[in-house]
Amino acid sequence: MKVLTLNFLTCAVKMCKASNDSFPLHPKDAELAKDDVEINLQLLVNVLPRIDWTALRTTSTELGFPELPEQPPTAEDLTSDEKMLQDLHTLLLETQMIEGKLVCGHCGHEYAVREGIANFLLPSHLV
Amino acid sequence: MTSLPSSSAAPAVAKLAAAAAAPGHDAQAEVEAEAYERTHVHGVYEAIAPHFSATRHKPWPAVASFLQAQHPGSVGLDVGCGNGKYLRENPAVFMLGSDRSAALVALARSRLGRSDEVGGAQQQPAAKKRGETTKPDVAVAAATTTNAAAGSGMEFSHEGGAAISDVLVADGLSLPFRDRAVGFAICVAVVHHLSTRARRQEAIRQLLRCVKTGEAASGQVLVYVWALEQGNSRRGWDEGGEQDLLVPWVLKSKSQTQQSRTPRKGLDNQTKAEQDAVVANKSGEPPASTMPAGDGPAAGTGGVGHTDPVFQRYYHLYRKGELEEDVLAAGGVVITSGYERDNWWAVAANEAPPSQPEK
Repeated sequence: MKVLTLNFLTCAVKMCKASNDSFPLHPKDAELAKDDVEINLQLLVNVLPRIDWTALRTTSTELGFPELPEQPPTAEDLTSDEKMLQDLHTLLLETQMIEGKLVCGHCGHEYAVREGIANFLLPSHLV
Repeated sequence: MTSLPSSSAAPAVAKLAAAAAAPGHDAQAEVEAEAYERTHVHGVYEAIAPHFSATRHKPWPAVASFLQAQHPGSVGLDVGCGNGKYLRENPAVFMLGSDRSAALVALARSRLGRSDEVGGAQQQPAAKKRGETTKPDVAVAAATTTNAAAGSGMEFSHEGGAAISDVLVADGLSLPFRDRAVGFAICVAVVHHLSTRARRQEAIRQLLRCVKTGEAASGQVLVYVWALEQGNSRRGWDEGGEQDLLVPWVLKSKSQTQQSRTPRKGLDNQTKAEQDAVVANKSGEPPASTMPAGDGPAAGTGGVGHTDPVFQRYYHLYRKGELEEDVLAAGGVVITSGYERDNWWAVAANEAPPSQPEK
């Protein structure tokens, strides 16, 4: 599961969706790996507005990456700053959470990530 | 796929609908509908995943053109992504695929061009540690993109290396995506597996919840379902026919070795409710029809001389206009809709902009 994916995920429990604490989910015991993905400037620039930057900063820090700036980079930043582009590309698209758990900050439910796949099926009492 | 006849699921479904309509029995009715789908949808896909996947390569034209029309950098959902055949259709968009079947999601992930989960790493966890550490406190391993699927006997193309798309396991009625998070969604051949109309409409409502509103050419949801009207098909279904059916899937023996373990899991863990749901189905198919090979003969399936196990999948065949009705009931509007080779499809969007301002 990619870090970019995590930016779109919240708790599967319906009652949690209204709570700010359910997003982003918090990685726990995360084991990371790195894919080799071809860099695509246009795609990154276009994806950027879709990203909840505040949540991404939280996720990035929780995964042990250096702290991200408070404001997201602009398209110009990414075009002119190769290192910034590479770092963001690596964080969002190349970094994979292979094993671990995703924890909801509202209900505390833990979703397992195994072999790179997060499982959001709920036990019957939470459906 | 098979010459075996389909059979009626109407009595079972009528029972589910009646349970849902009974006052004060909402929760129990949901449990029963879920149990029915676990037996006649989820359990089946878990069992037939590799065989099913091997038959699913060609994209539907209406789906392909919908995906191709999305802007570069869009983020989209594929709910019920199966083996992930649509996840690379438009390489300029970021697709998030989800499916209820963990077996199909694992196949989809292997198709995305990674080797760290299906092949070597599964048997040798240490293999993941071999890469260099590039960040403090974080071990980042180099994951190569060799053809991991080779071990499962599947042929996948990996042109362009690892895809940027991603997959996860989730139930379509409890999607883990945040509200209004994505630009578009597709849901192909999924909604027709839900056994009550309320659940089918809820599935569409969930899709609409996840897409943005207000922007032009954004926030569209493509839903694709099997049609009742299949006059040109050998299946013989057509207008006026029965809409709730159990459709057999014959698991060809040559692929049995790959799946000898997976079918047991879901089926051996049958709950009382599940068994009741099977028994309640007076369609003429004995419950044994869902039993996989190795658990005794999969006989009584109507296929004389068949030794291949037969799985019965539940389908609700949509009649003309019904999909549009369900979109409206789910709070959506129909942008456009049509018919394509035995299927109805509709592109839906949210009716009104969200009352909450964008954050």
